[in-house]
Amino acid sequence: MNQAIEQSKKQAVIEICARFGNDRTRLLDILLAVQSRFRCVEPALMASIAEQVGSYRVEVEGMVSFYAFFSTEPLGEVTIRLCDDIIDRHSGVEEIAGVFAESLGVRPGETSADGRFSLLCTPCIGMSDQAPAGLFNGRVITNLTVPFARAIADQLVSGVDPAALELPLGDGNNTHPLIHSMVRNNIRLTGEVLLAGISPEAGLNNALARSPKLVIDEIDRARLTGRGGAGYPTGQKWRIAAETPASQRYIFCNADEGEPGTFKDRVLLTERAGLMIEGMTLAAYAVSAGQGVIYLRNEYAYLREYLQSILDSRRKQGLLGSAIGGHRGFDFDIRIQLGAGAYICGEESALISSCEGLRGEPKTRPPFPVQSGYLGCPTVVDNVETFCCAARILDQGAAWFRSLGTEGSSGTRLLSVSGDCERPGIYELPFGISVKNLLELAGAQDAAAVQIGGASGEMINMSQFGRRICNEDLHTGGSIMVFSARRNILEIVEYFLDFFIDESCGYCTPCRVGNVFLRKRIDKIRQGLCQLEDLDYLRELGRTIAETSRCGLGHTSPNPVLTTLKNFPLVYAALLKKSKDGMQAAFDIQSALEESRHLAKRRSMIYDPTYDDSPRE
Amino acid sequence: MEDTIRFFIDGVQVTAAAGQTVMKAADAAGIYIPRLCDTEGLKPQGSCRVCVVKMNGRTVASCTQPALADAVVESETDEIRNYRRDLVRMLFHEGNHLCPICEASGRCELQAMGYRLGITQATKYPYLQPVRPVDASHPDIVLDTNRCILCGRCIRASRDVDGKNVFEYVGRGIHKKVGVNGANLADTDASIDDKAININTCPVGCIIQKGRGFFAPIGKREFDQHPIGHQISRRRKETP
Repeated sequence: MNQAIEQSKKQAVIEICARFGNDRTRLLDILLAVQSRFRCVEPALMASIAEQVGSYRVEVEGMVSFYAFFSTEPLGEVTIRLCDDIIDRHSGVEEIAGVFAESLGVRPGETSADGRFSLLCTPCIGMSDQAPAGLFNGRVITNLTVPFARAIADQLVSGVDPAALELPLGDGNNTHPLIHSMVRNNIRLTGEVLLAGISPEAGLNNALARSPKLVIDEIDRARLTGRGGAGYPTGQKWRIAAETPASQRYIFCNADEGEPGTFKDRVLLTERAGLMIEGMTLAAYAVSAGQGVIYLRNEYAYLREYLQSILDSRRKQGLLGSAIGGHRGFDFDIRIQLGAGAYICGEESALISSCEGLRGEPKTRPPFPVQSGYLGCPTVVDNVETFCCAARILDQGAAWFRSLGTEGSSGTRLLSVSGDCERPGIYELPFGISVKNLLELAGAQDAAAVQIGGASGEMINMSQFGRRICNEDLHTGGSIMVFSARRNILEIVEYFLDFFIDESCGYCTPCRVGNVFLRKRIDKIRQGLCQLEDLDYLRELGRTIAETSRCGLGHTSPNPVLTTLKNFPLVYAALLKKSKDGMQAAFDIQSALEESRHLAKRRSMIYDPTYDDSPRE
Repeated sequence: MEDTIRFFIDGVQVTAAAGQTVMKAADAAGIYIPRLCDTEGLKPQGSCRVCVVKMNGRTVASCTQPALADAVVESETDEIRNYRRDLVRMLFHEGNHLCPICEASGRCELQAMGYRLGITQATKYPYLQPVRPVDASHPDIVLDTNRCILCGRCIRASRDVDGKNVFEYVGRGIHKKVGVNGANLADTDASIDDKAININTCPVGCIIQKGRGFFAPIGKREFDQHPIGHQISRRRKETP
């Protein structure tokens, strides 16, 4: 009997692998399919998968253990992943988790004994503007309140499939039958470049009417910089890819929007998918790339079918496929690659590794992806918003784009505002807007601290609200989290460090180990067990991590500590202990002795003044 | 001489072949740059970061960074030495490194690096004290990943030299570790003759050969006489 089950599982695995051509580089898709079929990737099946694709068992295990959405034990028939981002925590996600735990009879982090429910936590799912939120077998449910959660839980207990839950519908394309989601766009301010009216295919048509080199020149002249966070000049990237000799080149769209508090790509994918693909297509023309990939984070899997339909309809219109726009020799097509839960895959070379069926670890550079990326070919990886901007630049011209924003930052920026404000959502504003103005727009009168650029960004205090959002001053990938004076700065810092510890790929020493040490010391400070020297410890350790890490995640991971030390020194000072005798104030002899007392089953004769040496059990 | 470039390490002029890494060029010139994950005969991966240097003001791993013409590289500065000390301390504190009872003591590169960098007393970091099962299933080999520093040398040696894939990284972040291609080491095709198992491949006491413990007496162990790296720095003294 058991053997028959084993055999049928193996057969299913063989079929899944065959569906992806037994292609080693499609291992991520294969494992996603196995996970979805059996609700886990059983260790017993790893060898079969490896055999089919020409890999080896422990390499498959390396993949499965890398991505958060894979499990080796079966998850529940209904798997709930509540977003435990800091904004969701402040919006009461813990209470919501309590409701589900009680109603479904499952503890947070676990799967119920009958295998019906799993209740898990996951970092930011890109819904901070409608927190608390969660994924229910991938379906997004937002604005969870206690009664709402209870009503959902009741239905789930009575056997309703999450897909069949009757929920209100969101706005815009969220009502499209292929999305059919309660997610709301929350577009609060439309700007000239992205969210106001656009003329479809105008950019692509203009691009195809000139030489590839002139397309890159136009992007250069517009001074477009990458919108993902690193801010690298886009034209320069395209030029290197175009000039690197190769038989194949690739255009990758980074839709792995994982920076906590960012959700602008979610809105672009919903409302401007055509524009984004248009941008990818003209980029392909500019660098002569034949294939493209949209790397869509698994949290946004609810948008997949819709995006697929856009790709299909563009193929029918001759805007993808061969001889695009009647241009002989210009062949380009795009596939969607779903992620599997790893923030690091937003780093361009880790994203490429992931698409190659590898652990999502950044690659050694040089060579850079534009020289040698996906399967060793020149690969342009740009953010969703960057491709949208590129299409608009080719439509309206570089001069128009540069007329918006500041001298060093052209165009507009989509800002995702969340946290303690009346109007969380998307604001499209020209670069150069001050934080103060943005806070006024969002109705954040009692803001006391603002985190610019997500966990890896900078936290600024009230005296700095006059600073401007642009490449020259406050750099951001789009995330703006507002915190009122009610919030505990160090709780936020601790949360961000936990996030980096969970999301570090572990490749290099400083990021893997150093962040754990930072976290431990912040915890000690919060307990009031530290003195002035401990702040130097944090600064020095933070500097070592930032300087010696291998990729952007490590370089920026100490920022929550370093920027709050600089901008909120009093928060730390208030918690420090003063040493009266020059001895370490933080050292507590009593707690240090606890383990020895326990092992020796007696108290210390020296340090326990009330020592009682009568025999104990 | 079109294919060679020159650059400077701590003010000393060094030549490199085009595309050669800073570390390779430094080695040839007899300038030792501390390293743990990199070793002769394996492809560099730049993961331990102990070999960091500043090149034209930017911190880079010298084992993977190609030398650039006229570059100014800083290696033995206070700043860089401090980074290296911090990184080596992190590795000490991440695993369980009890030198006095470890079979690799005296030939352990982590221990030797600690001495070389002047780490001679308890350090400021907390101990993470992992508790991972020791794999003694194989007739000739013991695997104690509590002492692993994740240098990946065994992984690369097995894959690239032995053609076997006995080892691979599993897990991520602080839970990342070296896994084996089977239920345990006995379940793999690992052999005592593998490059991956060779005593010089594992820089610490994670991969131990059975029946060969403590073979060199104190005083005659690899690093008892000379600090780590002396074979490279000796080259410079020998050059006239």
